[in-house]
Amino acid sequence: MSLLEISNLHARVEGKQILNGLNLTIEPGQVAAIMGPNGSGKSTLAYVLAGRPGYEVTEGDIRLDGESLLDLQPDERAARGVFLAFQYPMEIPGVATMTFLRTALNAQRKARGEPELTTPEFLKRVREAADHLEIKQEMLRRGVNVGFSGGEKKRNEILQMALLQPKLAVLDETDSGLDIDALKIVADGVNRLRSPERGMIVITHYQRLLDYIVPDVVHVLSKGRVVKSGDKNLALELEAKGYADYTGEAA
Amino acid sequence: MNAEVRQMKTAAETELAEAFAAAKTHLPGLRELRESAFDLFDTKGLPNRRVEDWKYTDLRALMRDAKPLVEPVARLNGTSAAPAARVAEAGGLIGDVDCRRLVFVDGLFAPAFSDLTPEAGLYIGSLAAALADGDALVTRHVGQVFKTDDVAVALNTALMRDGAVIRVEPGAALKRPIHLVFAHSGARPASIFTRSLVTVGAGARAMIVESHDGAAEDQLSAGLDMIVGDGAHVDHVKLAAGAPGALHVSSLMASIGAKARFNHFSFIAGGQVLRNQLFLSFDGEDTVANIGGVSMLKGRQHADTTLVIAHRKRGCQSRELFKSVLDGESRGIFQGRIAVEAEAQKTDARMAAHALLLSDMAEVDLKPELEIFADDVQCGHGATAGALDDDLLFYLKARGIPAKEAEALMVKAFVGEAIETVEHAGLRESLLNAADLWLAQRR
Repeated sequence: MSLLEISNLHARVEGKQILNGLNLTIEPGQVAAIMGPNGSGKSTLAYVLAGRPGYEVTEGDIRLDGESLLDLQPDERAARGVFLAFQYPMEIPGVATMTFLRTALNAQRKARGEPELTTPEFLKRVREAADHLEIKQEMLRRGVNVGFSGGEKKRNEILQMALLQPKLAVLDETDSGLDIDALKIVADGVNRLRSPERGMIVITHYQRLLDYIVPDVVHVLSKGRVVKSGDKNLALELEAKGYADYTGEAA
Repeated sequence: MNAEVRQMKTAAETELAEAFAAAKTHLPGLRELRESAFDLFDTKGLPNRRVEDWKYTDLRALMRDAKPLVEPVARLNGTSAAPAARVAEAGGLIGDVDCRRLVFVDGLFAPAFSDLTPEAGLYIGSLAAALADGDALVTRHVGQVFKTDDVAVALNTALMRDGAVIRVEPGAALKRPIHLVFAHSGARPASIFTRSLVTVGAGARAMIVESHDGAAEDQLSAGLDMIVGDGAHVDHVKLAAGAPGALHVSSLMASIGAKARFNHFSFIAGGQVLRNQLFLSFDGEDTVANIGGVSMLKGRQHADTTLVIAHRKRGCQSRELFKSVLDGESRGIFQGRIAVEAEAQKTDARMAAHALLLSDMAEVDLKPELEIFADDVQCGHGATAGALDDDLLFYLKARGIPAKEAEALMVKAFVGEAIETVEHAGLRESLLNAADLWLAQRR
C-alpha cells in the first residue's frame, strides 16, 4: 500500500480554484520533489495536506495509509504522522520553545495512546536533535521563533520534525531565505531523517536544494495538476530551460 | 429653570438607608465621617450609568436588593466543622507561598484562625477595635488617604465594621507576605463592609496579599487605605478569584511617598459583578510604580477595573499593564486615568490595556485617559482588543496540539506577560497556576 495517495484533488482558497484534479502517490521511503512556477499550487497542496482552515477540498481524496484525511482536524492529521515544515514559521511570543515542543510531542503521543515522555527522556531527545542542527540551548528558552533569524526558524522547523518523527513530511520551500551554510545544515537535518518508512514531499522553486536533498522522483506542478514526472534529472532540465514548456508561456 | 429630577429610590437604596439608620448607633467610631459619607450616598444614590466613572457598571440597575448587614454576633468559634473547612480553604489560590495569614470571617477579624506570631517592627490589629478605642492612626487616615467623592467608597466608609490595621515601622523588612484572607462562613446571604488600613513606614519592606472568597448571594464591599512611606518598597496583590459573591466592590486608596517602590497586581476571575477600584496618589518625588492586572471572565460575569493615578510630584515613573480574557457572554471593563498635575514635571507614565475575546458574545470596553497639566512629561497609553490569531492557532494545531490546548497556550502567554511583572517569584507562580486553573475549567 502506498503511504500517501492523492487522487483527483480539487481545492479552492477564498473562492479561487487552485488545485484541479491533482494525482500524486508517495511510497514509504520515497523523497518526492515538487517543482513548478509561481501560482501552480505548490503551497496550496502543502496547506491542504495539513488541513489549514480556508483551504477547501471540493473534490477528490487524500489517503494516508489508506485512510482519508479530509475529515480530520490539523492536530489529528499531525498525530497520524503528517508534518508540515512551514515556508514562513510563525513567532509565538510568550510560549517558550521547550513548552511548545513538549506540549506538541505529548499531545501526539496521547492521541496515539502512547505514554508521555519522562522529562529526562524528553530533554535528551531535544538536546540530540538540537546539537545536530546547531541550535543553542539559549534559543530553546526563548518564545517560539521569537527573535530567530530566517535560518534559525527553518532549523527550528527541522528540529520539530526530528522530535515528532512523522510518517509524511512536507517541506514547503524550506530553502527560501537560506544562505548556503544554513541550507547545508537544514539539508543534513532532513537527510538524517530519511528512512525506509518515511515519505517526504520537498516543495521548492529552485533546483539548488535538490543538490543537497536528492529526490527519488520529481513532479512538475502547473495550474494545479501534476503535468510531468521524472527522476532527479528532470530538476536539472527545468533549471536549464525554465517552466515555459509546462505553462505554455515564456517564464 | 433648573429643575433637578431626583429619581425614586430603588429598593436597594432604601434598604441601605434603613440598614445605616439601624446600625449607625452601634457601628464603631468615626461617627461624623460615617454620617457625611452616608449623606453623599443619600444625595447621589447608587452609582449608575449617568455617572461617567460608573458608565459601564450601573450599580443601581445591577443591585436588585441590598442584603442585610452581616450579623455582628455571627462569630465563628471554630467548633463547627463546615465553616472551619471553608475558612481553611479560603485564599487557597496563593498556593504554598509562606504567608502570614490574617483571617476575616464574614468581615470580622478571626484571631483564632490568624497567625499573630510577633515580628519586630510589625503591629497588627483589628479595625473594629481601633475604631472603638478612637485610635489616632485610624482616625487620622481612614477615609483621608485619597480624597474621592466615589459613592461606593462613601458607602464603605459609612458602613465599615471591621478589617485589618497593619503598621510596619520605619526601616522594618517583613520576612513573609501578609495575606489578608476574607472568608465566608456559609451563613445566610449578607452584605459585608470591610475596611483595612496599612501604613508602611519610611524605608520599610512589605508584601500585602488580599483574597476575597464569598458565597453566590453575598454583597462584598472591601476598602483598603494604604500609606507607603518615603523609600519604602511595597507589593500589593489582590485576588478575587475564588467565589467573591454576587457583587463585589473593592477599593484601594493609596498614598505613596518619595523614592518609594510600589507594585500592585489584581487577579480577577471570580464573582458575578465585580468592580475593582484603584485610587493611587504619588505624593513624593522619584517614585517608581508597576500597576498591573489580569481578568479572566466567562459565563455572564461582569468585571470593571477602574484606575485613577494622580501624579502629583516631580519625577515619578508608573507603568500600567492590564489584560483581560473574555469568554462566554462576559463583559470586561477597564477605565484608566492618569492625571499629571502641574507640579509633576518629568513624569514618565505608560498605560496599556489589552483584551482577548474568546467568544463572539463577550464584550470589552477600554477607556484609557490622560489628563496632563505639566509640560515636561512622557506619557502614553494604548488599548487593543482582538481574538486569538488563527494563523498561530493553525501552527500549533499542525504540530498535533488540539484546539483547546492550543488556545490555552496562547491565552497563558497573553496573561503571562502581565503576570511576569509581579516581583515575588512565589506569588508569580501562584498567579500563573490560577490562570491554568481557569483555563482547565474552560475545557
